[in-house]
Amino acid sequence: MITALAIMALGAIVLGAALGYASIRFKVEGDPLVEKIEAILPQTQCGQCGYPGCKPYAAAISAGEADINLCPPGGMDGVRKLADLLGREVKPLEAEEKPKQIAIIDEQTCIGCTLCIQACPVDAILGAAKQMHTIIEPLCTGCELCVKPCPVECISMQPIAENIDNWKWKYPVFEIKRAA
Amino acid sequence: MLAQLFRFKGGVKPQTNKTISVQEPIAQAPLPARLFVPLHQSIGGAPNPLVQAGDTVRKGQLIGGADAWVSAAVHAPTSGRVLAVEEHVAAHPSGLPTLSVVIEPDGRDEWIERRPVDHQSLPPERVRELLRDAGVVGLGGAAFPSHAKLTPARSVAMEQLVINGAECEPFMTCDDMLMRERADEIVRGIAIFRELLAAREVLIGIEDNKQEAIAAMHEAVLRLAPDYRVVAVPTRYPAGGAKQLIRVLTGKEVPASRRSTELGVQCFNVATVYTAYRALACGEPVLSRIVTLTGNVERPRNWEVSLGTPMREVVALARPRADTGSFLMGGPMMGFEIPDLDAPVVKATNCIIAASPGLFPPPPPEMPCIRCGACAEVCPHELQPFELYWFSRARNFGKTQEYYIFDCIECGCCSYVCPSHIPLVQYFRFAKSEIWAREREKQAADAAKERFELRNARAEREQAEKAERLARAASARTSEKKAPPERTNAVDSPPAAAAGEPAAAAATDADAIRKAAIAAAMARARAQRELAQPKNTDRLSAEQEREIAAVEARRGAQPATPEATAGAAGSGAPAGPQRGE
Ligand code: SF4
Ligand code: SF4
Ligand code: SF4
Ligand code: SF4
Repeated sequence: MITALAIMALGAIVLGAALGYASIRFKVEGDPLVEKIEAILPQTQCGQCGYPGCKPYAAAISAGEADINLCPPGGMDGVRKLADLLGREVKPLEAEEKPKQIAIIDEQTCIGCTLCIQACPVDAILGAAKQMHTIIEPLCTGCELCVKPCPVECISMQPIAENIDNWKWKYPVFEIKRAA
Repeated sequence: MLAQLFRFKGGVKPQTNKTISVQEPIAQAPLPARLFVPLHQSIGGAPNPLVQAGDTVRKGQLIGGADAWVSAAVHAPTSGRVLAVEEHVAAHPSGLPTLSVVIEPDGRDEWIERRPVDHQSLPPERVRELLRDAGVVGLGGAAFPSHAKLTPARSVAMEQLVINGAECEPFMTCDDMLMRERADEIVRGIAIFRELLAAREVLIGIEDNKQEAIAAMHEAVLRLAPDYRVVAVPTRYPAGGAKQLIRVLTGKEVPASRRSTELGVQCFNVATVYTAYRALACGEPVLSRIVTLTGNVERPRNWEVSLGTPMREVVALARPRADTGSFLMGGPMMGFEIPDLDAPVVKATNCIIAASPGLFPPPPPEMPCIRCGACAEVCPHELQPFELYWFSRARNFGKTQEYYIFDCIECGCCSYVCPSHIPLVQYFRFAKSEIWAREREKQAADAAKERFELRNARAEREQAEKAERLARAASARTSEKKAPPERTNAVDSPPAAAAGEPAAAAATDADAIRKAAIAAAMARARAQRELAQPKNTDRLSAEQEREIAAVEARRGAQPATPEATAGAAGSGAPAGPQRGE
């Protein structure tokens, strides 16, 4: 009886020590769920979700403070992926979905005020005070944050045109012929 | 010398329809009134244009320089005048435009100075560079730059070099005719590739329905390089797929995730080898290719066509019959419908087939998959096309990758046998391009995230620095406030007036010093600006250069108002976004 108890107690102590050690040794830095959510978000950093960037929104979702349908750049696709990950219901997007766009500066009109540079969250605008500014197209995420600050309204958003490099094979569709 | 042959799994035996186009020898196609030479004709980086409208070019002159290691140069197919460098419809299933050089031939067909080289006297890196600059790419249809395939793996010795003359696609006979007529050049070209790869053995695989080509190659090999082996492989589509041919000849299986050099084997098309030989031994870059014109035409034949010739003019040579509805580029199994006949012949155009409803009846409507497994039986890569189909159709792309969609070579065997007439390959192409698009998006998102985080870190750092500066200024002010008492006494004392003079002098002195310092800084900045060679301006297109000249002229004309000079001085320092305070 005593030996049985002793053996059980010893087992408990050893296993407890092992678990305790493992929890310190293999501690996960950061919140893995937030990172997973953030990986789904499009990283446009536009703030349309009401949070100052994708990471804060991811944190809010993970904390259960925010709904999963607030990110317009992510689209319905993003909502579906989030629903999958979190086991929640798929909901229609809060805003309308837009085709992917990039910003274009009308370089004739630009007065070089640098306001757009300060607005761009991903440093996609190049320019200097009183010099013409331009957008580095491959870096622009299409967040529209630079459009409003421009005092001479020379920034416009343009949908990305299809070209040979981004062209995709279409989903096969077939015309259904009417029976004669 | 009977070699043991291996088998690849699956495959089909469609009607080959090859005899119609091998009745006549290869003919030289006439030059068109205008050539539209696309700059991007190979896999990899798009070459930069090196000519502008108005330039005269000679035959073989470089008009597009390779832009990266995996990229291949483009040349003027004949002498003439460059009319424009503009967007022109591409030989691509999308029918979208691509940057092309429009050349008006002058009819003289004047060559640049051709410099034959002896590849044996050059280091291998130099030979690879020469091949890149001669625009040698895989002419079997994939157009992958050949020089990039010519580096042996470091750890694995090259055992076999496989030369692909199988040409398994129905209708296509361009490689067949090339082997019949130009076997010597092919065999000499093989020597170049063999040396670069240091391959132990050379195997030339030709389908056994091309007896003339086998005989011609055999004869050339006996004369020039008796240790190469010409092997007749059983006729079965897709025996000419690189991976299938490697499997048949060597028994090695190359997975999608690995390069064939890692298994000690590499494969090249016969036409590629031929162009490599011309490039080195004759100094002639790739300016034309053999194109099979066949299908529903009066005169099926192989033509040697200058790259950039509009397809409309090429197909006219074969006189398509009246009921021709559309044209296919490539074979009937793997090719695609040409959306616009204004598209030019490019390095990947191996065959143009005139299609009529009689020749290729419109596919019957797609019916549900009955899970008969026929597609899995014929798939040469032992995939399960029906599973891939389900998942592609449901847009479940993660699952398609689990079922190895990227091992699919889009050979079309599965669609060919499907009793429900499901266009399986179209679904796979759709799924693959969606996966690629997502991959690109993911990369862009990761880059954006990184830039966003860097920007935030920078903002924080700047704020901290500013706070520190302010704190330092504040502490300085408080210490100053402590110091003054002695001075306040001195202010109303008479000597102070006298002391005022030297103080003023010192102030003007300080001013002068500061001015001199500013002037010196400006001079330094100017000198620096003149010294600095901007890195991104050494390969400008002619148009860009013109724009820059116009801007410079405008700048020069501007009156040197103080503001303008200030602005110019400011531009000396590259004020990136970090300047935005
Ligand atoms: S709306 Fe979407 S893309 Fe924009 S910041 Fe929020 S999560 Fe990021
Ligand atoms: S350039 Fe404008 S639209 Fe593009 S990322 Fe920057 S702020 Fe957003
Ligand atoms: S408005 Fe913006 S874009 Fe225009 S000049 Fe200002 S900063 Fe630039
Ligand atoms: S197209 Fe792809 S899935 Fe179909 S048979 Fe060929 S390799 Fe297999």
